[in-house]
Amino acid sequence: MSKEWPLWEVFIRGQHGLSHRHVGSLHAPDAEMAMKNARDVYTRRNEGVSIWVVESAKITASNPDEAGAMFEPSESKVYRHPTFFDIPKEVGAM
Amino acid sequence: MYAQLVESGKAETSEQDVAFQKRIDDGIRIEPKDWMPEGYRKTLIRQIGQHAHSEIVGQLPEGNWITRAPTLQRKAILLAKVQDEAGHGLYLYCAAETLGISRDEMTEQLLAGKAKYSSIFNYPTLTWADIGAIGWLVDGAAIMNQVPLQRCSYGPYSRAMIRICKEESFHQRQGFDIMRALVEGTEDQKAMAQDALNRWWWPSLMMFGPSDKDSVHSEQSMRWGIKQNTNDELRQKFVDQTVPQAEWLGLTVPDSELSWNEEKGGYDFGEPDWNEFMEVIKGNGPCNRERLEARQKAWDDGAWFREGLMAHAEKQSAPIAAE
Amino acid sequence: MDAFVTFCLRMGDNALILGQRTAEWCGHAPVLEEDIAFANMGLDLIGQTQLWYGLAAEAEGKGRTPDDLAFLRPERQFLNSLLVEQPNTDFGHALMRQYLFDAWHLPMQEELAKSSHEGVRGLAQKTVKEVRYHLDRSRDLIVRLGDGSEESHKRMQDALDWLWPFTADLLATDEVDAQMADEGIAPVPALIAKAFDAETQATLARATLTIPETRLRRTGGRDGIHTEHMGYILAEMQSLQRTYPGARW
Repeated sequence: MSKEWPLWEVFIRGQHGLSHRHVGSLHAPDAEMAMKNARDVYTRRNEGVSIWVVESAKITASNPDEAGAMFEPSESKVYRHPTFFDIPKEVGAM
Repeated sequence: MYAQLVESGKAETSEQDVAFQKRIDDGIRIEPKDWMPEGYRKTLIRQIGQHAHSEIVGQLPEGNWITRAPTLQRKAILLAKVQDEAGHGLYLYCAAETLGISRDEMTEQLLAGKAKYSSIFNYPTLTWADIGAIGWLVDGAAIMNQVPLQRCSYGPYSRAMIRICKEESFHQRQGFDIMRALVEGTEDQKAMAQDALNRWWWPSLMMFGPSDKDSVHSEQSMRWGIKQNTNDELRQKFVDQTVPQAEWLGLTVPDSELSWNEEKGGYDFGEPDWNEFMEVIKGNGPCNRERLEARQKAWDDGAWFREGLMAHAEKQSAPIAAE
Repeated sequence: MDAFVTFCLRMGDNALILGQRTAEWCGHAPVLEEDIAFANMGLDLIGQTQLWYGLAAEAEGKGRTPDDLAFLRPERQFLNSLLVEQPNTDFGHALMRQYLFDAWHLPMQEELAKSSHEGVRGLAQKTVKEVRYHLDRSRDLIVRLGDGSEESHKRMQDALDWLWPFTADLLATDEVDAQMADEGIAPVPALIAKAFDAETQATLARATLTIPETRLRRTGGRDGIHTEHMGYILAEMQSLQRTYPGARW
């Protein structure tokens, strides 16, 4: 049996000015075909103005077991958020 | 289009299991790299696989009429609709692939008869009205099943279902629109519509799976957030929604036991023929052999194409050998 | 028949019959991604059919609709080229048929987008983008499969050998084409033939495929003289309209 086409992740910019967003995956023998397939599979309803494709195997993902060490330390930095500061009403919008 | 006969693994009770269950109870989605009980993984692979196969096999009965659609617009709509089913199959296979199985493996399971697909697609499409009935009834039933799956505990499945539900919203309407044109047409057309309803009504009710009291596998799937409603709940909802639509069309639902029950605020209705259902599931329906044969043929006939493109890609990426 | 109506019907019939052949793959293509891509092409072609038939029906002025033209004309009145009615022998034939058609269709649409006829110009300006993508895709696949595995090469060469003689029917010319060119409605046929030759020679060479040396030229479709496949395509496509005359769907 032959080798299966690799899996690709598809990212689409829905409208000008927005970021690309992950929309799904597909199979293709190489990047160029992945791009064409992404166009045919994921923009049938006029969903995009730009496409990125990335071979799934090339993505490095964070490990869920390390999620605590990775993400929780930033929880305590409450002063990074504007709501931390109390600005008197009279001062107006800031 | 939909999944049925969910079987679930055995419940285990390790510490990880408890944490896992808490996460589900808290409504936090499970993602591909997260730890999950083997039973959860297996159940999902089976369910998403069945669901994907249903979409792909589901292309066949409707695809049977694309070349015969009676107007150019109906032809385009039907082609777009059946194409959507292919897309939905694709999204679902990809969701299952995040659980560590390949699309080719799932295809081989389908072709070997080891994986199931929805029983409804083993019935033949004999007239144009069947295309209307499938859209109206089969897609209608499928939507009932699929809407709750958007909240499924497994992230990739849930996200695929959100996309699918969004795309499917026109499918039921186009079916109803076909039926409407028929009942507003000639006597022949109206008879065609009634005949289609007669043949598709019971198989549509069977799509929700056996009655809860006979369905031993639902409970664990409900606890894991893979399944949200019972088969009977969804079937009742479908009947309550569809009967008034049939009345509006001036068509008769082929169930002599059908009557409004004021007390429960829903219809009482007859029991589908579960023997027929079990036979179709086992492979003895009217079109089981034809459906699998068509998929087998597409798979076999397409092998050279898949291999040829891979061969080209490999040639292009191979480093040029220094002589 | 009016030359302009004939011209529009030839264009529309090409789109419809190729669309019909393309749609036959829905649910049966070698891989899901390709199943979806083929359906996209089929949808484009059906849409183009409706536009060309709309122009034809309007110019004809007999009150016929695009659906009447599709479903109620007999075989001898269909004016598509023989290429597009050739069967789906295998996916290689389907791709090669598509590619050869696209190689003619794109230069044609590019020129039609400059037509002196407003309706034609508007139509082509809309559809030329679809056709450009069709050629991009079909050309790419021809090159990949021609220069792919031994088997894919052989299948593509077989398809080319079989289909090449039918390209004569895409490039055939008569007084209708001359009149359309004189009026600036459609391009001079020689211009399209030149573009077709340049495209096919370059691409087929990249695909390591050989254009067959044959004197066989299969023409006649543009005058309604078809291959034996055509009757079956129409029998299937028109069956409901023929069985229930006058019914609305």
